Amino acid sequence: MVEQSEEIGISVRNLYKIFGPNPEAYIDAVKGGMSKTELNDKHNHVLGLKDINIDMPGGGIQVVMGLSGSGKSTLIRHINRLIDPTIGEVIVGDDDVVKMNENELREFRRHKTAMVFQKFALLPHRTVLENAVYGLEIQGLPREEQEKQARRWITRVGLDGFEDNFPNQLSGGMQQRVGLARALTNDAPILLMDEAFSALDPLIRMDMQTVLLDLQKEIRKTVVFITHDLDEALRLGDRIAILRDGEVVQQGTKQEIVLHPADEYISSFVREVNRGRVISVDMVVKPLSGEPQGMAVKSGTVLEVAAKKMTDSNTSMAHVTDASGKPVGALDIHDVISAMVTPVDHEDAAA
Amino acid sequence: MDWLIEFPAMDTDRLTALKKTIDLGFRNFTRANGDMFETALYPVQWFMYRVEQLLTSSPWPLVILAFAVIAWLASRSPKITFGVIITLLLIGYFDMWEDTMKTIAMTVVATILAIIVGIPIGILMGRSNKIQAVLNPILDVMQTMPSFVYLIPVVMLLGIGRVPGLIAVMVYAIPPIIRLTNLGIRLVDKDVLEAADAFGSSNWQRLKNVQMPLALPTIMAGVNQTIMMALAMVVVASMIGVQGLGLPVLKAISNQYFTLGIFNGLAIVGIAIIFDRTSQAYGKRLQKHLEVVHG
Ligand SMILES: Nc1ncnc2c1ncn2[C@@H]1O[C@H](COP(=O)(O)OP(=O)(O)OP(=O)(O)O)[C@@H](O)[C@H]1O
Ligand SMILES: [Mg+2]
Repeated sequence: MVEQSEEIGISVRNLYKIFGPNPEAYIDAVKGGMSKTELNDKHNHVLGLKDINIDMPGGGIQVVMGLSGSGKSTLIRHINRLIDPTIGEVIVGDDDVVKMNENELREFRRHKTAMVFQKFALLPHRTVLENAVYGLEIQGLPREEQEKQARRWITRVGLDGFEDNFPNQLSGGMQQRVGLARALTNDAPILLMDEAFSALDPLIRMDMQTVLLDLQKEIRKTVVFITHDLDEALRLGDRIAILRDGEVVQQGTKQEIVLHPADEYISSFVREVNRGRVISVDMVVKPLSGEPQGMAVKSGTVLEVAAKKMTDSNTSMAHVTDASGKPVGALDIHDVISAMVTPVDHEDAAA
Repeated sequence: MDWLIEFPAMDTDRLTALKKTIDLGFRNFTRANGDMFETALYPVQWFMYRVEQLLTSSPWPLVILAFAVIAWLASRSPKITFGVIITLLLIGYFDMWEDTMKTIAMTVVATILAIIVGIPIGILMGRSNKIQAVLNPILDVMQTMPSFVYLIPVVMLLGIGRVPGLIAVMVYAIPPIIRLTNLGIRLVDKDVLEAADAFGSSNWQRLKNVQMPLALPTIMAGVNQTIMMALAMVVVASMIGVQGLGLPVLKAISNQYFTLGIFNGLAIVGIAIIFDRTSQAYGKRLQKHLEVVHG
C-alpha cells in the first residue's frame, strides 16, 4: 500500500450549475438574482447550484447537508467532475478540476478520488470481491494486491463470507457496504460519500461511522460527506455546510451551526439535536477568578461528558485546561446544564 | 380523365434509360472490382470450406456428440440437449444428414461474420446519436427489403456459389445484431456507468467492463434473431447455388414433390428450434446475476 501522507484541500469557488439545453444564456440572469422557480417556470432550466463557495481543509471531514433536491449530489459530483459546472472553479490541491483535459481528469479520478454513491451503482455482473477491486483494477495493479486490499475492506465493513455473491443477492444495506468497500479499497486521498450510510440500520450505521472516524485517525483523508441526518453530520463533520435550493445557507463548525443557526430553516434542523453531545465546555467557560477550583476538564470536552464527570464527583465547580494542562477558565455546573437544555432559535442566537 | 385512372408515370423511354444507366454503372463497377472482392473474400471462403468439411466428413456420432456438448454447455438443460440429439438422429434417419450439415455450416459461418461485423457497428451506433440517425433508416430498409433482392447485386459482383450466397445471407441477417447491440449499450444503467467513470475508467475499460457485459443479454437476443434470419435466407440463397436443405426445397417446388419439400422443410424447422432454444437458454443464463434472491 502506498503511504498516504498528502492532505489535499478542496476549494469550490463561485460555482454555478444550471441544467438545461442552454445554461450559459441564463447565467447572468441568475447572478442578477433570478430565482430557481422563475428560471424553471419561465425558461425551463433547472438551477442546480448557485454561487457555491466552500473551503474544505485537507484531512478533514466536510459534511454537506440539506433537504431532498437541495443540490447535494450535484455539488459532490462537481468535485470529480462527473458534472461540469456552468461556471466556477473546483480547486483540488493546486489544480482546477474544471480545467483538466480528459487524460488529466482520468488520472485524477484514478489516484486522487474514490466515491460512494447514493444509489450504490455497483456492477451487477460482478461479485462483491470483483466490485471491490474495481478501482485498483482500473489502475492496473497486480491482481493479488487488488484482492488483498479488497478482502481487508470487505472484512472491515462486515461482509466476510459474501465475497462471491452478486450484488442482487444482498440486501440494500449490504450493497451499500459493498460500495463503501469499493471506495475504501481504492485508497485515495479524497473520499466522496453521497449519503453513504443512509441505507444502513442504526447499529451498522454507527459502526460504519466509527470505521470512518478510525480511518481518519490513521490516514487523514479529505472526506466530503453528504447526509440528511443532523446527528450523523454532527458526529462526523469537522465542518458543515447547509444547502437549500442550490445555495449555501450556512457553513461553519458544528458548534457554530448548533449555537448560531443562521435562519429558521436551520434552527428547525438544529432544534432536535442532543446539544450535550455537540457543544463543548469552551462555549460556556468563564474567565478564571483566583485559584482554579474543583476537578480539571480538558478543553474540547462536550457538555454531556463534563456534566457526568462533575456530578459523579459531586462538585459544582471545575476548571478547564488547555492541551498542556494549564487552567484556562472556570466551569459552573449550572451553566453546563442550562446550555444542554436550552433550545436555540436563530432569533435568540442573534440576540 | 385518363390521367386519373392511369398513373402519370415517367415516360417509358426515360425510365428505361435511367435503369440502364444505373445497371451499366453497377456492371462497370463489378467488372472493375469483382476480382478484388473475390480476393478479399478468400479467407472467408477458406473458413466456410473448412467448417463445411468438418461437419460433413467427420463421423456422424462424433458430430452429434459435439452438438450435444455445445447445447449442454450453453443451456445446462437436459431437455434441450436431448432435443438436439433426437432431432439430429431423425434428420440422419431420413437421409438429410449431408444437406443439413451444409446448411448448418452456412448458418454458423454467416452468423459469426454477422457478429464480427455487426457488434462493432452496433457499438459505434450506441455511442453516437449521429451514427444512429444515419444507420437507423438504412437498417429499416434492409429489414423490409424482400430477401430475393439481396441476391441480385451479390450475383452481379461475385457470381454464383457458396461465397456469394454466404455474403447475401450475412447481409440479410445482420440488422438485428446491429440494432440490439446498439439498444443494449444504450440501456446500460447510467448510474453504473457513472461509477465506472468516477473510478477513472478509460473508454475501452468502460466498454469492456461495463457496457459490453451489461449489454450482453440484449446482444444475445440479437444473435438469436440473426441466426433465425440467416437460416431463412440460407434456403432462399439456394437459388444462387448455395447447397444444403434449400436446394431440395427448390427442386420440390419446380417438380411438385410434396413429401420432399415437407421433409426438408421440417429439417429446417428442426435445426431452427435447436439453434433458437440453445441460444435463448444461453442468453437467459447470462442474466443469472440479475435475479434477485432477496432484499
Ligand atoms: N441532470 C439533471 N437535469 C436537470 N435537473 C437536474 C439534473 N440533476 C439534478 N437536477 C436537479 O437539481 C436539483 C438538485 O438535485 P440533487 O440530486 O443534487 O439533489 P440532492 O440534494 O442530492 O437530493 P436527494 O437528497 O434527494 O438526493 C433538483 O432540483 C434536481 O431536479
Ligand atoms: Mg442526492
